[in-house]
Amino acid sequence: MMLCQNCGKKEATTHIKSIVNGETAETHLCANCAAHLGYCDIFTGFGFNPGDFFGNLLVNGSRNENESQPLRCAVCSSSFDDIAREGKVGCAQCYETFYDLLLPSLQRIHGKAVHTGKVPLKAGARAQINGRIAQLKEDLQKAVERQDYEQAAKLRDEINAAQKEETP
Amino acid sequence: MNGKWYINKGEHGDVVISTRIRLARNIAKYPFPVRLDAEGRQKVFAEVRKAVQADKSAGFGYIDMSALNRSQAVSLAERHLISPEFAGSNSPGALLLTEDESVSIMVCEEDHIRLQVMQAGLALQEAYARADAIDDALDARLAYAYDARLGYLTQCPTNLGTAMRASVMLHLPALTRCGQISRLAGAVSKLGLIIRGAHGEGSSPKGDLYQLSNQITLGITEKAALDNLQSITLQLVNQERDARKALLENPAESDKVWRALGILQTARLLSGDEFMELVSLVRLGCAAGMLDTPLEKVNELMISMQPATITAAQGRNLTSQQRDAVRAEQVRSALAAG
Repeated sequence: MMLCQNCGKKEATTHIKSIVNGETAETHLCANCAAHLGYCDIFTGFGFNPGDFFGNLLVNGSRNENESQPLRCAVCSSSFDDIAREGKVGCAQCYETFYDLLLPSLQRIHGKAVHTGKVPLKAGARAQINGRIAQLKEDLQKAVERQDYEQAAKLRDEINAAQKEETP
Repeated sequence: MNGKWYINKGEHGDVVISTRIRLARNIAKYPFPVRLDAEGRQKVFAEVRKAVQADKSAGFGYIDMSALNRSQAVSLAERHLISPEFAGSNSPGALLLTEDESVSIMVCEEDHIRLQVMQAGLALQEAYARADAIDDALDARLAYAYDARLGYLTQCPTNLGTAMRASVMLHLPALTRCGQISRLAGAVSKLGLIIRGAHGEGSSPKGDLYQLSNQITLGITEKAALDNLQSITLQLVNQERDARKALLENPAESDKVWRALGILQTARLLSGDEFMELVSLVRLGCAAGMLDTPLEKVNELMISMQPATITAAQGRNLTSQQRDAVRAEQVRSALAAG
């Protein structure tokens, strides 16, 4: 028996398939939750608010494992449970702090997509440097693993230069 | 209400009432509104206000939402300048608004900045270009929260990516009467769009007004999302026009248009629901050339005859019967037989 993804209690009888960025995503709901979320008839579906659903998806998805000492965001002090309960992310830093925990839900909403739209002037340049640093660090790790120290030294210099660029 | 954007009749105005572009933006250094304390909110108000009003020629006025009474706040929502949630919110918020009400910026709604551009008729490219230019000007003064993978960072993850919602408001009286809306809702959802009643939920939203918007924001460019919405809108426009033609060829249906006009021209009391039902038929008759009332006049009535907007314009509390009387009087004079 497949359980409802919203309440996790009753049998899922409504199956919704949607295509996000070319990938199919499936949602399984019991009759009550489907009605509540506006899926019982296509008209009431107009009231469907993805925000309400997002919180539920998170709770049923990955949970914070260490309940007694939850990880908290350094900027806004949200825990992942706070975010899951409210369906709202606390601040920009939360997306960094809880990236791995958020990822399954983000993929359920958006598929495996990455941003391809507008890039802001200031924040965009900074994000670009950060992306380059992350890539260089990954390359450095690989170089060290295969004991290519010459390449590793070169990458380390590049990382240092990029970090200087990032902090003006 | 002179000089407001909705006075104009736009492209495909017989079916498309208006176009709206909404961009969500946040300032990187402040927590999102859900985690923002009172002091933080005041700082966000001040920073956004300064950035928006830096360009004096744009002519933005600043409204402290807590200074408005309830009907003034709800009236803003009825005119689609703010969200209903923002009108009913207990947390302080601010609004920046141009004189013609075509551009509004909600501060500390669900995100720090919700920039909205409205235009009459179908005008997705123009409305986006305007929103994009204002966004660039703000970007130069504020450091936005942004991530290369996730795009613009928003409080609700469903808006990540472009954080853009583009929507068109459609008047679909004929498709509604033919029972076609549920079929269309299913079809557009497969294409990454969503259609919902603009006023109230349920199978026949008031005034047969629907909002069609893009649903996907991550992994799609603004241009691709707008092109998609544009082409689906044009298909719906054609379907509605065909359905109207077929509908009005039936004497029993065109008779309803004349009767609706008769009631609106003579009634002494008009409830909001009855007005919306009848004005939808009258709008159908105008667009089909049966009636010679200009569409602009009908559009304006559909906006200005909403309950809180009437109360706010009267500047005093009204009982619902008094309000129905004011509505009937104003509708009678607007649609007076020539």
